[in-house]
Formats: sequence, structure tokens, C-alpha cells
Amino acid sequence: MSNELIRLTAADLAAKLASGEVSSVEATQAHLDRIADVDADIHAFLHVSDHALEVAADIDRRRAAGEALGPVAGVPLAIKDVLVTTDMPSTSGSRILEGYLSPFDATVVARSRAAGLVPLGKTNMDEFAMGSSTEHSAYGPTHNPWDLDRIPGGSGGGSAAAVAAFEAPLALGSDTGGSIRQPAHVTGTVGLKPTYGGVSRYGAIALASSLDQVGPVTRTVLDAGLLHDVIGGHDPRDSTSLADAWPSFADAAREGARGDVLRGLRVGVISELPDSGFQAGVSASFRSALAVMEAQGAEIVEISAPHFEFGVAAYYLILPAEASSNLAKFDSVRFGLRVTPSGTPTVENVMAATRDAGFGDEVKRRIILGTYALSAGYYDAYYGSAQKVRTLIQRDFDSAFAQVDVIATPSAPTTAFRLGEKIDDPMQMYLNDVTTIPANLAGVPGISIPSGLAEEDGLPVGIQFLAPAREDARLYRVGAALEALLVDAWGGPLLDRAPVRGGVA
Amino acid sequence: MSEITPDLVRHLGVLARIQLSDEEVERLTGQLDVIVDNIAKVSQVATPDVPATSHPIPLQNVYRPDEVGETLTLAQALQNAPDAADGRFRVTAILGEEQ
Repeated sequence: MSNELIRLTAADLAAKLASGEVSSVEATQAHLDRIADVDADIHAFLHVSDHALEVAADIDRRRAAGEALGPVAGVPLAIKDVLVTTDMPSTSGSRILEGYLSPFDATVVARSRAAGLVPLGKTNMDEFAMGSSTEHSAYGPTHNPWDLDRIPGGSGGGSAAAVAAFEAPLALGSDTGGSIRQPAHVTGTVGLKPTYGGVSRYGAIALASSLDQVGPVTRTVLDAGLLHDVIGGHDPRDSTSLADAWPSFADAAREGARGDVLRGLRVGVISELPDSGFQAGVSASFRSALAVMEAQGAEIVEISAPHFEFGVAAYYLILPAEASSNLAKFDSVRFGLRVTPSGTPTVENVMAATRDAGFGDEVKRRIILGTYALSAGYYDAYYGSAQKVRTLIQRDFDSAFAQVDVIATPSAPTTAFRLGEKIDDPMQMYLNDVTTIPANLAGVPGISIPSGLAEEDGLPVGIQFLAPAREDARLYRVGAALEALLVDAWGGPLLDRAPVRGGVA
Repeated sequence: MSEITPDLVRHLGVLARIQLSDEEVERLTGQLDVIVDNIAKVSQVATPDVPATSHPIPLQNVYRPDEVGETLTLAQALQNAPDAADGRFRVTAILGEEQ
């Protein structure tokens, strides 16, 4: 019974909760049991809630009392540790915030609670969301459920691994340069980065404020839409929050699953991202997914995005510059770690010692890089130039979307690499983000859904779709349409082919 | 090659308030050299006629109504402080002896 519960999609579980066939306590207990069973191997969670069952029982009581609850009330939720929570520690994967208890909830967390979602715990991540593998977490890496020796992606590897390992049906992630989409790619799951400003950043511990965006991490496109409907929309506490009225993304996914949206859909493929830039099995999976769409009437159009090749370079100037400013608040005064050197140290000595002890290597690397890029004499050449590249990439998107409805790329260059393989080569690690970064620089939405397994290693591959800003619903329609065709062709979800973890039947 | 030197990295550490060890300075110098060489290519296309973009979606700054809203209590503001006394954050001396 509990094994069946954990494998349900959030949509199916919500239907059973609404009909009374299953209680939220049963569903929550099943997921807590699953976490107890497998998380010693996966390490998706940094903290597991000690009162999830109470929250679930309250939902069950309210439902029994006839209260009108939202469509996902009672469904368990995993929360990336970058999002602050009043009832669980929030560390952003950093030693400097060990044990930090926020006096307020992030808006997305508050909205999740109001919708009746049941927080299970906080998920592991690269420290302050800097990385593509979770190996930069101060609390040890997360392991990919498909192969425990491999990375689950990053920075949101914990959230992706949690849904891939059936420890949670839904998770929240954040995506600054691909931290939702690349983990989805390597774990055979679904992740969507909304249009910049579509989801509140209030209470998301800031990495790079002009790039960060919170979004859903799930096993199906419909589940992502259901969660996006809960967390999205204007928030007066985030000055970059868009005031748009958004359509229901769950409805968009349901509409897409009927399949006719592919007829006449113009799908752009970027000529500057040739197959030779990808692992053979990744590009093969990508091409076969395109063929499936073409067979349903989609038109594949080659487009040019000549400035995408400068995206990684611009990103690794803009992100460190913004991060070095955002992380200045970790000063040992108001919250977080304090390390006091011997003697009679000044407050500056204490800050410098604290930040050396509390930040990991990657965080220091990016703060130093950002400080360099912003320093007098270099600002125009580096940060100023990077901002111009941002304009050029936006123009590439504008001209592309004048020709096509969506752009498709493989979600990342390779399948999951081995833990430790790239940890000593930061530049190689940065190049993992080549396909995902342009969306953050331009603010457009992107989704990654499973396209299959790579022939050479049997590991999951994702296909990414990008749409114009504010057209998130288009990604749900197109993603759900392709997902329905592929799952049908596979005879079941891709995750059915992942190794079965855990000892409990 | 870029101009990243150990002295520059040490100076950046001072600016960023990170007390880097000699070993860290040495490692960062090599790594940043490679990274800066790679990212400097932005200047190839960032010509004077291209305007800079700071935010992906053009927005105007917004102000909330000037009304008292929900704020943290003193206890909430201090709950995570490494050290506090008399309702304030407590730190070591601001100025050193030689200052």
C-alpha cells in the first residue's frame, strides 16, 4: 500500500485524497517511511520535519469537517533549503547558516502551506546554489537515484533526487543558471524555471537577484503545473514580481496532454548548438524526441542564436558580481556563524575569519571573482560587457521567437557524471550550464522533461523547451504533449526503469 | 593570460572580508586565471553601440504605501544573533589599537 502511494503522481494522489480513499496522514507517513528507507543512500534531505504528520492530520480534520480545500491539499512537499521556513532550519547548503531558523516563511512556502501541501523537509543543494552537482554542499553530496556514484545535478540535486527516488511527489527548486532544469535532466524528472518575476523570490536566500527564480520540481508536467499554480503570481514583497494575471498551468498541461498542440507547432533548433557539442546518447535522445514531435505535425526549424556562446562567460561575470554583494550580509553580526580569532580581534577580523571558515571553496571562488569583476578599472570591461551580452542574448531570443513558437535543446551536454569527476576543474563544471543559462540571462521560461535514456550508459536525458517571457503556459502544453507521447511509447514513465531502491516492499 | 596574481587575490580577499590562507590564495590564483581567460571573451561582442541590460524584464521601481506593516519583533530580530546584549547585536571592537 505505502509503496503504491509513493509512486503516485501528485495529481493522482490529490484525487485519492479528495475522494477520501487515502488520508494525508497515510500519504505523509508513506513518504516519511520511504525517506527513512532510502535517504541514507540518496541524501536528498538535510532536514526531515518532525511534525509533518501533525500538519497532515490537520488537513484530514479540515477535509472531514467539510472545509473546501485546494486541489493539492494533503500532498507532501519537499522544500529546497534555499527557501526559508519558520519551522525547519534553512542553511542554503552552507556551514555559515547551520541551524538558522528564519522568523518568517518564504512566500512560496507560505503559499504552499495555505494550499494544504505538507512540508516533509528541506532538500540538499550546492552551497548558496553555486554548482551543478550538489558536491559543493557543506553537508555532503546527494547521490543520483539512477546510480549512487553519480551526481544528481545541481544546485537543486536534493529536490530532483527526492522526487526521482519517490521520497516526495513534489518539490520546490530555484534556478539561477539551470539549477532546476539540469537536475531534472540527470534524474529523469521534470523541472520548470518560470518567467523571471512569475514566482516570488521573497524568502529565497539570494544568489544572483537578476537571475534567480523559484519553480516546481516533479515527476510529471501536470504535477509541475499544479505546484506552479500554488506558488505563482504577484507578491508585493518582491519588487521584481510581475503583476500579470497568469492562466492555470495545470489546465495548460491537461490541454497539452491531448496532443493536438503539436500540429503546426514551430520548434526552433539552435544551429550554434550542434550535436557534436553533446554526448552522443544525449543528442540521439534529443533527435528522437524531435522526430516524435515531427510525426505529430510539429515543424522543426533551424534557427540561429549567435550570442548564446557568450552566455556562460556573461553569466560567470554577472552571477559572481551579484553574489558577492548578496553574500556580504553573512558578516557574523546578525545571524549565522561567528568565528572569533585569538587576541583582541576587531569586528573586521572576526568577519574575515568567519567568512573564511563558514564559506566553502566554490563560494569563496565566486565572491573573489565577483569582487574582481566589480572593482574599479575592471567594471566596464567585465560586468558592463556582460550586461551588454545580456542584451545580445535577448535579441537572439527575440529574433528566434519571431520564427518559432518554442526553442528546443538538450537540457545539458552530458548525462550524470561521476561524483568527484569535475570537482577540481571549476571551468569544466561551469560549462555544464551552457544550454540553460541563456534563459536566465533573458528572463524567459524553460522546462526540462525526460526524453529517454542515453544508449551508451543507460542514464536519463532531458529535453529543454524555451518560450518567450510570460508564455510559461506554452511550455506546459508542449511539455505535456511530448510527455504523453513518450510515456505511451515507453509503456510507462521513464522512472519505472530506474533501479528500485530501498528494502521495504 | 590574465593578470591574476597571488597579491591581487589576497587584496580581493581583504575587500571581500575573507581571511584567505596562503594555500587558498595559491589555489585561487591558478583557478581564477583560467576562469578569467575564459570569461573575458564577453568584450569581443560588447561593442559601444549595444546597451546594457541589468534586469531581464523591464520594470519600474515600486514603492509600498507608507504604512506601518508587519515587522519583526526585537526577539525575532535577535533570535539568530551569534551574540546579543541589552536588546542589541553585540560585536567585538570596531577599531583596532593602531586605529
